[in-house]
Amino acid sequence: MLHLLEKPLEAARPSRRSFLKMSAGALGGLMLALRMPGTARAASNAGDFAQPFVHIRPDNKVIVLIKHLDKGQGTASGLATLVADELDADAAQIETDFAPANVDLYKNLAFGVQGTGGSTAIANSFLQYRTAGAAAKAMLVAAAAGEWDVPAAEVTVSRGVVSHASGKSATFGELAGLAAAQEVPAEPALKKPEDWIYIGKSFARVDVPAKSSGAVGLYGMDHQADNMLVAVLARPPKFGAVPTSFDDAEARKIEGVVDVVSVPSGVAVLATSTWPAINARGLLEVTWDEAVAESRSTAEMAEELAAMTSEKGLPVPGGEGDADGALAQAANVIEVDYAFPFLAHAPMEPLDITVLYDGETATFWTGSQFQTIDQMVTAGVLGLTPDKIAINTTWAGGSFGRRAQPDSHYFAEAALIAKARLEAGNPPQPIKVVWTREDDIKGGYYRPMVAHKARVGFDEDGNVLGWQHRIATKSIMKGTSFEQFMVKDGVDATSVEGIGELPYSMPAFQAEVHNAETAVPVLWWRSVGHTHTGYVAETMMDRLAKQAGEDPLAYRLKHIKHDRLAGVLKLAAEKAGWDKPLPEGRYRGIAAVESFGSFVAEVAEISFREDGTVKVEKVTCAVDCGIPVNPDNIRAQMEGGIGYGLGAVLRNEITLTDGIVDQENFDTYLPIRMTDMPEIDVHIVPSEEAPSGAGEPGTPPIGPAVANAIAAAKDIWITDLPLSKHDLA
Amino acid sequence: MSVTFTLNGTPRTIDADPETPLLWVLRDDLKMTGTKFGCGIAQCGACTVHLDGDPIRSCQTLLEDIEGASITTIEGVNGKAAEAVKAAWSELDVPQCGYCQSGQILAATALLTETPKPTDEDIDYAMDGNVCRCATYARIRKAIHVAADKMEA
Ligand code: FES
Ligand code: FES
Repeated sequence: MLHLLEKPLEAARPSRRSFLKMSAGALGGLMLALRMPGTARAASNAGDFAQPFVHIRPDNKVIVLIKHLDKGQGTASGLATLVADELDADAAQIETDFAPANVDLYKNLAFGVQGTGGSTAIANSFLQYRTAGAAAKAMLVAAAAGEWDVPAAEVTVSRGVVSHASGKSATFGELAGLAAAQEVPAEPALKKPEDWIYIGKSFARVDVPAKSSGAVGLYGMDHQADNMLVAVLARPPKFGAVPTSFDDAEARKIEGVVDVVSVPSGVAVLATSTWPAINARGLLEVTWDEAVAESRSTAEMAEELAAMTSEKGLPVPGGEGDADGALAQAANVIEVDYAFPFLAHAPMEPLDITVLYDGETATFWTGSQFQTIDQMVTAGVLGLTPDKIAINTTWAGGSFGRRAQPDSHYFAEAALIAKARLEAGNPPQPIKVVWTREDDIKGGYYRPMVAHKARVGFDEDGNVLGWQHRIATKSIMKGTSFEQFMVKDGVDATSVEGIGELPYSMPAFQAEVHNAETAVPVLWWRSVGHTHTGYVAETMMDRLAKQAGEDPLAYRLKHIKHDRLAGVLKLAAEKAGWDKPLPEGRYRGIAAVESFGSFVAEVAEISFREDGTVKVEKVTCAVDCGIPVNPDNIRAQMEGGIGYGLGAVLRNEITLTDGIVDQENFDTYLPIRMTDMPEIDVHIVPSEEAPSGAGEPGTPPIGPAVANAIAAAKDIWITDLPLSKHDLA
Repeated sequence: MSVTFTLNGTPRTIDADPETPLLWVLRDDLKMTGTKFGCGIAQCGACTVHLDGDPIRSCQTLLEDIEGASITTIEGVNGKAAEAVKAAWSELDVPQCGYCQSGQILAATALLTETPKPTDEDIDYAMDGNVCRCATYARIRKAIHVAADKMEA
C-alpha cells in the first residue's frame, strides 16, 4: 500500500513549536501549570513512613527516592549516602527508587526543573538530601521518646537502631508508623563533618550487586509488558528531511508486523517483538522531502566555520584589556586554527522509550534525564496537561548528555506514534520505541563541529602583548527552552565556557563567537563546551610556554588565576614525577581545566607503537571537587571521564558526505577498547568546599594532555581532531 | 520451525523464525533481559552468551544454529570462575552504567575458565571485543586479576 502523507510537518509541528515557546516561559513563571499532588509513592500504607525523599517500611528497609537519573555516574548511591549518614542508618537497610516526575518536589535546585546534567546532582542535593535524612531521624527519635516516655534528648540512633540508656531499643521499621505521625521539623540539625559516618568515607554502591549479576530488567530497553508492541523507525537519510510517502507492502509481509505509522521524524514499523520490526524497517520504501535538509558535506561545513573565524564576531563577556589594540602593536603574531568534528555520544544503551497512552493519560518508561521538559513536551504533543503525563524513570545504560533533551524528541516521537495508533481506532497498548545502534550513530544531536582561531601578539622580546580569540559553532541552546537563560546578546554560554574568560592572566584577552547554522541537531556531550575550549586553551598554553622557553607547568603556574586550579596542577605534577626524567621512548604532557565548579589536572604519559600510533600508557589525575562525598566513585568518574574523552580524541568523528552520515555503527565509529586504556592514577584533593560535580570534569584535560605529550615528542601541534586523521591512532 | 537447545541447564524448545538471532529470542520470546543489545553486528559484546562454554555473540547467532547446543546466559552462569568474577566485580565496584557488564562478566568467566591465571596480554586478547562506553576497562582488568586470585585461594 502506498501512503501519501499530507503536509507531515504542519501536522505536528505548529503545536509543538508554540508549546516550546510556552515552555521557555514556563521555566520562569508558568510552573504553576505543573503543580501536582505529592508523589504517588508517598501515599502511605499503615506503618509506613513516607516523606518525599525518604520512605521507611515496617520491614526496616529505608528507600531513598532519587530525583535524578542515574546513568552510571553513581548519583543514586551518592544521594543515598547523604540520607543514610544523617539518618544514621545501617548501609545494608538502604535501597533506592527513582522519584516520579514532579517538579514541585523533585526539581534540580540548580535548574528549577526536574532534570540531571551539568554535573549538578550531588551539588544541588547536598543539603536537601542531608536535611531529609536528618528530619527523618528527628521524627524517629520523637516517636521513640513518646513511646518510651523519655526525653527526646536521651534517645540515640546508631546504625539503624534507636535506643535509650534504660535498655529500650527499636528498629526504624518498628518505629516507622509512629514516626510518620510526628511533625516534620523545618530545620533539623545537620551533623558536623567530623561526625559523618559515610560521607567522605565509603558507602557501598546501591546498584553494583544487580549490575554485577547481569542487570536483568534494569534499563528502559529491558522494559517488557503484556501486549507490548515494538516500534523501529525508518529515519531520514538527511537531517531535516521529512517523509512524504512510503510503500510498506514488503514490510507488512514480515511475520509479527502489526502496523506501519508515519510521524514527522520517520516511518515506524510496529511489531510484536524487536527483530521483525528491525527486519521490516529495512524493507520500507520511503520518499523523503529534502527541501530544507542539510545536504552539505562536513568538509564544506568546516570551511564555513573556519571562514567565519576570520571575521569579527560577537564579543564574549570576560575579556580583559584591549586585545585588538595589543595585536595591532605586536611585533610578531602567531595565528592558530583549530577544527573539531561532530561527535556522537554513543551510550552503550541506545535510546529506547515505552509509552502507554489512552487518550487521557500517558505513561512512559525510560531513562528520562529532563523529566519536567519531557513531561511538558509530551503534554503539548498529546494536548494534555503535564499532570496527565507519568514518567517511570529507569536506570540508563549511559547518556553522556544524549538523554538530556531540550526538545524531548524521543518522547515526542513515541507520543506521536501512540497518538496515531489510538486515532486510527486501536485500543491503548504499550509501545516500546527501540533505536538501533545505526539510529544512534546516524541520529544527530552531536557535539557540534567547532572552529577556533587564536591570535597571540608578542613584543620584540617575545613577551605576550595580547590574545584575540574567535569561535564559530552552532549554538546548542538557541531555539530551545533554555535559550532565555543561556544565550545573552547572541552568545551561548555553552559555546564559549572555558575560554570566554581564560583561567590564565594575559595583558589583554578577548574572545568572540559566531553562531553557525545547520539542520544537524547538536547537543551537549560530556563536559559540553569544555570538550573543545579546554583543548584549545591548554594546547595554546603549551605553545606559549615553548615560545617563552619555559617549562609548561611553571609557565601555567606563573599566569594562573585560581588557587584550586594551581593546586590540582601541582598535585598531578608531583604524583606523576613531573620533574623526574622519563624512560626512553616515553613523553609527557600536562593540562588542567575547571569545569562545572570542579578542578582537574591530568598528566598523560605516552609512547609510540611500531606503526607510529600513540599509546597512552598512564594518566595521573588530580581532582578537587569540594567535599568528596564518595571518594571511590569520584575515582571511578575520573577513570571513565578520561577513557571517554580519550576515545573521542583518538578516533571519533561524525562526518557527512552530501548530507549523509558516513558512520553507522561501532565498526565505523570506533569506540575506545581495553587495549587503548591507560593505567589511571587518581588523587583527590581534601577539601571543605561545597561539593561540585565529578561526572564530566575528568573529560576535558585528557585531549590536551595527550596533544601536549605528542608535541613534546615530535614537535608537532595537533590542531584538528581526531588523532586518527594524522595516523596517530 | 522449532529448535531445541539447553538453556542454563534446562532443555527448551522454541518455535520461532529460525533466522531470528538468539539475542532476540532470549530478550523478547523468553523475556530474559540480562543479555543486552548494543550494536547488533558483533562489534560490542554486550550480547555475549556461552555456547558450550565458549563466549559468542548472540546477535550473530541464529536460532537455527543452536539446535542441540548448550547456551548459558548471565542469568544462569555459575561455577568457580563465574562466582569469582561476580565477586570481584562487586568488590571493585566495576560497573558504572552497567549495560555492558553482563557481556564483560561472561567474557571474563570464559577467559578464567580457560586460563585461570591470565596475563595482561591474555586479558587484552580476551576482552578487546567487549566495549564499555563508560570506559571501566581499568577496573575490569584489575577485577579479572582479583578473580584469578580468588580462584586460587
Ligand atoms: S550486540 Fe552483539 S556484539 Fe554488539
Ligand atoms: S559500564 Fe557503562 S558501558 Fe560499561
